[in-house]
Amino acid sequence: MECGRHLNIQLLTLSEVSAISGEAGNFTVTVKESPRYVDPDKCIACGACTDKCPKKVDNEYDAEAGKRKAIYVKYAQAVPLKYQIDPNSCIRLKKPGACGFCEQVCDAGAILFDDTEKTHEINVGAVVLAPGFEVYDPTDAKVWGYGVFPNVITSMQLERYLAASGPTEGHLVRPSDGKPVHKIAFLQCIGSRDENLCGNGYCSSVCCMYAIKEAVIAKDHVPGLSASIFYMDMRTHGKDFDQYMERAKNDSGVRFVRCRVNGVETDGVEGDLRLSYVNDDGRQIEESYDLVVLSVGLQTPKHVLELAQNAGIKLTADNFAATSDFSPVQTSQQGIFTCGAFAGPKDIPQCVVEGSAAAASVAELLAPARFELSTEVEFPDEREVADEDPRVGVFVCHCGSNIAGVVDVEAVEKYAATLPDVVYVERNLFSCSQDTQDMLTQTIREKKLNRIVIAACTPRTHEPLFRETLKAAGLNEYLVEMANIRNHNSWVHSSTPKAATAKANDLVRMAVAKVLLNKALRPIAVGITQTGLVIGGGVAGMTAALNIAKQGFPVHLVERTDVLGGNARDLKHTWSGEHIPTALANLVKLVSENTKISIHKNAEVTAVEGFVGNFRSTITGLNKSKIVIEHGAGIVATGGEPYVPTEYNFDSIPRVVTAIQFDKLYELNETHVKQAENLVFIQCVGSREKGNMYCSKVCCTHSVQSAIALKKENPNRNIYILYRDMRTYGQRESLYREARKLGVIFINYELHEKPKVTETGSDIEVEVMDHVLHRPMTLKADMVILATAIRPRKDASTLGKLYKVPVDSDGFFQEAHVKLKPVDFSTDGMFVAGMAHYPKPVEESVTQALAASARAVTLLSKTEVALDAIKATVDKEFCDGCALCIDVCPYHAITLKEETAEDGSENKYILINKAQCKGCGLCQGTCPKRGVYVAGFTMPQIKAQISAALAA
Amino acid sequence: MSFEPKIVAFCCNWCSYAAADLAGTARMQYPHNIRIIRVMCSGMVHPEFIMDALSQGADGVMILG
Repeated sequence: MECGRHLNIQLLTLSEVSAISGEAGNFTVTVKESPRYVDPDKCIACGACTDKCPKKVDNEYDAEAGKRKAIYVKYAQAVPLKYQIDPNSCIRLKKPGACGFCEQVCDAGAILFDDTEKTHEINVGAVVLAPGFEVYDPTDAKVWGYGVFPNVITSMQLERYLAASGPTEGHLVRPSDGKPVHKIAFLQCIGSRDENLCGNGYCSSVCCMYAIKEAVIAKDHVPGLSASIFYMDMRTHGKDFDQYMERAKNDSGVRFVRCRVNGVETDGVEGDLRLSYVNDDGRQIEESYDLVVLSVGLQTPKHVLELAQNAGIKLTADNFAATSDFSPVQTSQQGIFTCGAFAGPKDIPQCVVEGSAAAASVAELLAPARFELSTEVEFPDEREVADEDPRVGVFVCHCGSNIAGVVDVEAVEKYAATLPDVVYVERNLFSCSQDTQDMLTQTIREKKLNRIVIAACTPRTHEPLFRETLKAAGLNEYLVEMANIRNHNSWVHSSTPKAATAKANDLVRMAVAKVLLNKALRPIAVGITQTGLVIGGGVAGMTAALNIAKQGFPVHLVERTDVLGGNARDLKHTWSGEHIPTALANLVKLVSENTKISIHKNAEVTAVEGFVGNFRSTITGLNKSKIVIEHGAGIVATGGEPYVPTEYNFDSIPRVVTAIQFDKLYELNETHVKQAENLVFIQCVGSREKGNMYCSKVCCTHSVQSAIALKKENPNRNIYILYRDMRTYGQRESLYREARKLGVIFINYELHEKPKVTETGSDIEVEVMDHVLHRPMTLKADMVILATAIRPRKDASTLGKLYKVPVDSDGFFQEAHVKLKPVDFSTDGMFVAGMAHYPKPVEESVTQALAASARAVTLLSKTEVALDAIKATVDKEFCDGCALCIDVCPYHAITLKEETAEDGSENKYILINKAQCKGCGLCQGTCPKRGVYVAGFTMPQIKAQISAALAA
Repeated sequence: MSFEPKIVAFCCNWCSYAAADLAGTARMQYPHNIRIIRVMCSGMVHPEFIMDALSQGADGVMILG
């Protein structure tokens, strides 16, 4: 929506890139735009065409589980919300002269049967490829019975069945006979981690988590539903994912079965399905299910592979865009970047982070040309209306037949004219169409209207448009109110037109009552200090600082120790084998040499004041020397710290070491390591258990990499990895495969049966429950390597308090929204990156750092930021400084002011920081004295609406 | 004539008001007795609003957020 509305984003839909030529800074992109057969400038998405269209086909959006028409919108929230005709199923397009019903019913005249394909040549400086993925189609694999047994569906289809807007309106029924589902099974890794059936050897990363989510939701929908997930390893490595899995297990009662099911058969009983598998005790089990859901994996679509070839983009063995771990959004072609599942399977938060990271990389490349091609709209001066008597204009929209088909709009027009202060009323076929907008602007001027009511659809989508119209007419944009007589009326009361008309009258009356009390409001402008601050000099902090500097802004980099590099100084290789010390040294060099970066070593932030655009952070260095840095935005990249284990006799047995200690010994060719023939790795040391119910994300891959190196060095070594779930997610799976091929032995253990490590003479013995034999087994070990957890920094919350940013229950910094704002804090102007947010490997830290930098520079590139005028305002006449509102304000925007008046009386009242206020009005709802109100939603305005609602 | 209650609903702009919009998009049908007032957060709803509504004849008040 925001993209569609953005002045500097041109959306080309139904379009495909056919060629990219040129070089970084100057590309020519050839785009083929397929015909829509609907004029998007005229279509107002009323849906009349779809109602009349006689042709029904399978709906791709419902994963073929439901039907759509030949003229359709892909889904209700599509942007742009414009209909399109599918030429492969449209009767008219296939046979000229036939059908054509849509054209007859389209009041807007938007149908274009003679639309043609267009080709665009676009000159751009950089390209971001975000073509996404397709889900694996399990039809050809046959063994799952998909396409044969109707009750075998994919996870995408289940998603649609569970959706209120889906083909069954959220009712979970069997596709074969519509009977309710009592027993459902999820089969994991369909089209993933499977080179035999589909050739996709990698892990799709997201399926474990979505299967758990779907199982929980399905159980919510159907009380008593039994849901089982059949899996090889549960890979819930993301932030808060393990906690979610524990809740699914313990609270929702989802059953987890560790087993790869090899096929689905029919049970003989109609529609029932049979699964055969070997359980934990080694027994052959047969179970029957109503519904089997295939958790299908992600893969790169064929047309994307062609695009990659055309553009000269190198791919990995798994067919994803090849990138370096230190520039994870840069493809093999300079100036062409990537984000999302094209660069490897990943979940939504990680995709959003990569999107911002790609934007940061583009901004770095194109920084010299910033603002050269961007545009801003200009408006005439505003007319002052405060002293005028109210002159309300009411515009009643037909919305084609969407409103007028149910509501008697003429009656509403007549009724509106009787309301007090209404001086002008008219009806429009479509109030939002461009010609009506022009007409509205003219009418406002001619009739000298100073309050406007638009009785049409929802202000959530259309208020911005009408505000612009008022501005164009020289009227303050806040002097408009909308009466939602479509979404909240004609669409939901279509069978009771009389009642809907009465309700439309009420809604118009309420809007008029409110608009009479509307006042002109001015957006608030806050100046911005165009300097950044990055706290933490590790990989994330340095990457962010460097990107901000390369985008042209001064930045301060604060490092606690006397050396840059952070935790990465202890690491040797990324998962793909890139040498970390070399890349790190290069990064340190670039940061140190950049004149826009001021490095403060041995320094910590000790005091903070200010708000978005205007922070003042005090930095305390050696000998308590203090400096104050003024900055417009800040990035917290303070990292994490390694867990020091107390378990497995780490303290008493010298040859029980942590993975990082082992790496050092290995590099030094230490004798014990060199001579070691039996090595045991123990996973999840300090992770995924009570008190630390999170996955440290990097340890499985780390151990597997070490095991491979050890085995390659000496194939006679016995190497054991004791694990709970192997989480070599994404393309890392190739390492797990390689390790198994080399003969590394993987032994699964459960949380309640942790291995025991003891020392007997010169031997270390590791006792572990063998999950095949069901007997304890003793491994002799020359060395035991503990894959220890990553912990949040203990002082994280101290820093958090200074910037008013929260840490989560594990102690990591908490982002504003997991998916929508994955690097923003709820405090405007502050961002997070790297392990301060959650344990993660190098490339994910780099990505997140770039993302945080992109978000910070969005602010820093402006000299001031304009904020919406819907803000809390203090009425000093009534405010007595009781401070009740200060406690409830979620944005810490309110402070108490105490002063002594000239007559010596004490005066207390509150002050609101408009830059921090979001206009939620918790203060207004709490205030016992009407001392604070939210502009646009004041007590009198809402009271007027209440009275008007009940006046009839 | 059967009893037709009057219900005033305060809906948060960011969730329940948006949900009511989507109910429209999905053409879900529900009784016409509800009059929705948009607020920027359900926390904005002052106790006085509820008293006002009830004293002026509302048979029910909904706060959705």
